[in-house]
This record gives sequence, C-alpha cells and structure tokens, in this order.
Amino acid sequence: MNSLYYQKRLSRNIGDKFFTSLSVICALIAILPLIFLVTYILIKGGSQITPELFTLEPNPPGDDLDAGGINPALIGTLIITTIASIIAIPVGVGGGIYLAEYSKGGAFSRFIRFGVNVLAGVPSIIAGVFIYALIVSTKILFGSMYSGLAGGMALSILMLPTVIKTTDEGLKLVPNELRYASLGVGASMYTTILKVTLPSAFRSIATGVVLGIARAAGETAPLIFTALFSYYYITGLGDLFYEMGSLAVLIYNFALEPYDAQNKLAWAASFILVLSILSVNIFSRILAAFTEKTKRV
Amino acid sequence: MEEKLTLFKNRKRFGIEKNIDIIFKNTALVLSSFVAIILLGIILVVFFQSFESFSRYGLKFLVTSEWNPVKDEYGAFTAIYGTLVTSFLSLLITIPLGVGTAIFITEDFVPKVVREIIGSFVELLAAIPSVVLGLWAIFVMEPFFRAFFVFLHNFFGWIPLFSTEPTGRNSLLAILILVVMLLPIVTSIARDSLNQVPKKLRNAAYGIGASRWKTIFSVILPAALSGIMAGVLLALGRAMGETMAVTMIIGNSNAFSWSLLSPGYTISSMLANQFGEADGSQVSSLFYAAFVLMILSLVVNIFAQWLVKKFSLKY
Repeated sequence: MNSLYYQKRLSRNIGDKFFTSLSVICALIAILPLIFLVTYILIKGGSQITPELFTLEPNPPGDDLDAGGINPALIGTLIITTIASIIAIPVGVGGGIYLAEYSKGGAFSRFIRFGVNVLAGVPSIIAGVFIYALIVSTKILFGSMYSGLAGGMALSILMLPTVIKTTDEGLKLVPNELRYASLGVGASMYTTILKVTLPSAFRSIATGVVLGIARAAGETAPLIFTALFSYYYITGLGDLFYEMGSLAVLIYNFALEPYDAQNKLAWAASFILVLSILSVNIFSRILAAFTEKTKRV
Repeated sequence: MEEKLTLFKNRKRFGIEKNIDIIFKNTALVLSSFVAIILLGIILVVFFQSFESFSRYGLKFLVTSEWNPVKDEYGAFTAIYGTLVTSFLSLLITIPLGVGTAIFITEDFVPKVVREIIGSFVELLAAIPSVVLGLWAIFVMEPFFRAFFVFLHNFFGWIPLFSTEPTGRNSLLAILILVVMLLPIVTSIARDSLNQVPKKLRNAAYGIGASRWKTIFSVILPAALSGIMAGVLLALGRAMGETMAVTMIIGNSNAFSWSLLSPGYTISSMLANQFGEADGSQVSSLFYAAFVLMILSLVVNIFAQWLVKKFSLKY
C-alpha cells in the first residue's frame, strides 16, 4: 500500500467522481433542451419563410388555407421599437451622464441608482398596465385609445433602466486623466462630456443600448393592451394613433388560434424575431471581445 | 511674454457658455430623476386605480378565489397561489441545475474553449423572447410530456399535487417553461460569482489536502453564496412577473385546485387575459391584482439588492 499514489477506492475519490458526474449531468440537462429549442425554432420557422410573407397582410383567422404575410407586424415592430428608442435613449443617456459625471455619490444619486435597479425588476406587464391607465383609458393622445405610440411608451419604460445603467457604467470606465486634461486646457464641463468622455465611452454604451433595443423588440406583455394588434398595412404617420400590430403580439395571437395556417405564421414570425435578436447579440458580443483585445495591446 | 500672460489672465469664459453649462447639468439632473418619477408614478397609478376594489374587498380579496364578472364578485386567491407556486417550484428545479451547470463551466473538467462556448450560449438564451418560448411550449413541450403526465397521475395520483387527470395545458408545464427561462439567469449569475472567488482560497484548500469537491462545498460555494443568492432572488422576481410563456401554457382557469396537473392562473396571466376586455369594477380588481404582483416583485428585488450590498464586499 503506497499512499503516495492515487487510490480509486478511497471514499474521497469516489465522492469526487460522483459529484463530478452529477455536475456533468446537470450541465447536460440544462443545455440539451436549450440547444434543441433553438434549433427547433430555427428549422421549423425557417421552413415557413416565403417572399410573400414579407409583403402581404395576415388574413383574419378562419378556414382559409392561406394565412397571408406578416408585413404589418414587421413594420409595426420596427416603428414601436423606434418610438421606444426615441424616448428611452435621450432620457437614459442624459440620466446616466448625470449619475456618472455630476453626482458625487450623495443620497440623490444613490436613490436614483436604486430606482434604476428596482425599475429593471418591475414585471413587464405592469408597464403595460401603467400606460393603459395613463394613456389608453384616458384617451389623452388626441382621443385615440390603443395606439402604436402608447405601445412605444410602454416599451420605453422597459428600455430606460438598461440605457441608464450602460451609460453610467460605460462613463465610469473612462479614465479620469482624460477629464482632467480636458478641463485643464480650459474646456467647460459640457464640452468635456460631449467631446471627450462620451465619445471615448461610445462603443460600450452603444453595445448596451443595442442589446436593450433587441430585448425590447421581443417584449409582448406591455403591448397586448397598449398597441393591441392590427391586420392592416401601415400607410402613413396617422396610423401611429391607431392599433398597431407587432411580431411579438402576432406570435401570441396566432399561437392560440386553432388553425394550422395561423400557427405556421406564428412560427415564421418567431424565426424572424429570434434570428434578428440572436444576430444582434452575437454581433455585439464579437464587437465587445474585439475592443477588449485591442485595448489590452 | 508679459503681453501673453495678461492675455490669459483676462481671458474669461463667455456668459453664454456658462449658461449652457448650467443648463446642460440641470437637464441631465431632470432626466435622471425621470426614473424616480416613473417608478413612483407606476406605484401611485396602480394603487389609485385599485382603490375602488381595495375599499370594497379589503384583504379578503387575497384569500377568496371567486372571480365572477357577472355577479361582480372578485377574489384573486387562485392567481396569487398560482404565481407563488409556479415561481417557487420552478426555482426549486432551477437552482440545483443552474448552480451545477455553473460549477461545470467554472471548474476545469473540459477545455476552456468548450466552457466559454457553453457559457456564452447559455447567456444568449436569455435573449430569446418569452412569447417564442410559449409557442414552443404549446407545440413541442406539451405533446412531449403528455405521456409522462399520465404516468405521474396514474402512479402518484394519491398525492394532491397530481390528483387530477391531465388534460392539455396545466401548471406543471408552466413550471417547466419557467425553468427553461430561469436557467440562463441563474447559471450566468452563479458563474460570475464563482469566478469572483479569489484563486488563493482554492489553492489554500488544495494545499491542506482537500479534494476538489471538498473545496467546492466548503470553500468556493460559501464564498460565492451571496452572489448566487442575489441571482436566485432576481430569478424569483422574473418568474413572478413572467407573463407570456406562462399565459400561453398554464391553461388560464380560475377554478382553484391543489393539483399541478390541472389548468391554473397567475396574476400576470390573468392581467394578460382579461385586461383588454374588462370594464367596470373588474378593471379595478385587475389593478388590485397588479398591485399585489408589483408589491411581491418589489419586495423580492429590494431584498436582492440589499443582499448584494450587504455581502458583496467580503472578498
């Protein structure tokens, strides 16, 4: 018996083997369904893609064999997400600038940072309920009830914490020497921020913001009773004040239809949504890894 | 030389530039306070809208399960019970799976490249919209598990949790799809906090002769516990507020049942289902339910933040 050698039978070694295999099993159980899920969505949805899908209106559910396309929902998602970005990005970047550049760690900035985290944890459907009470049921937007505009506002509430956080954290990473140098040559605070600190943090902020937009594009819960859904083409600016379709709500509505044609449309819409969200994510990840490498050199 | 110095001395900032500076600062201040305004606005609006229902039912609303728009009687017990049960049970399944996976990708069982690929893949999955998961649950998961549910009912039907005949959509499916949603969150946060444990702790444990798993259980996991707990709480908040995937698969029935194999309800799925068509005092009752949901998730989130602050600076 040489105790210097590895002994298989020792209880500690058996225990180690046991737990190692347990963690491997955990990883397998966790990852296999996820791989299956993604490939299934991409294959099942990808097989439904046709050119007409992008140009036609969806037909109202019924016995029709032909379900039509998803053009209004596709455009609607783009419009609603754009509205949300137009609201959330200036407010979020401005708020982030205040937190990172002006605040001195006092009670106010601590409260705001805390509020950002809390707002990030508010269930997305609550944002929809809030906008419904504030805008839809009061008809405050020129008498229109459900509208794309209201949907965009609901989404902007969900985007706001992400934008503030990434701006705040991106600006904090900018070395103070840059600020001192700029202020030292006589630049005012706002010139320093706009010309020096913001540009040098631009890439990390942009990455975070783009990820936030991608996330918002897939949100459904805030839209189902703010933007509602529409089967018809979006023709002009006036349509902003009426019900507006979106890919996410189309998937929700058509997944619950008993007709096969509508279900297929839902799969096709999922394919487009998942593919665009995943590619934005992968692209920004590669970009982030790339900048990290160049910084180290 | 002399001339130049006086030039610098007399050079003052223009008044207009000073004003721009002040305006810029105050704009940023106002924009940052928007967060607080929105947060307070949400709480106040939801509270005042639910006031009618609150004054009518009081706390009885939380413990009765009648939801009858015709008779105008409302109680949200089924939905509240469903919210709590689905989120806690899904978390119970997710924690060992997620932490186990996190250990797998922080230890050196497989080459670093493989671990990094698995890690970023798991993070990518957090980006998949929940409505797509719901679609997948309806058409793939439900048929896949049907036979298993029948088996559960036949052999464990004497347990109240499995006492009803499985018919299509049910709470157990909602729990399973929540597991799929929460796994990426728990795994990536657990991985981050395991990675933050200093190397020297591990080396010290190995140095005094601890085996790998002795080290993990007695040194690494306790050191990473606060981060993991915070991640778990965030996941709990997400599970309680999760709407789409759950709404699509839980079956949406307000009839109360202990069984997980019968259709159920959660607060968020009730809101998603009824808000569009509700009127009268039903709207107020729905706001009341939304208020309950908001308080639940606020408490969980604030507790998570407190936990992070309290324990994060230990190492």
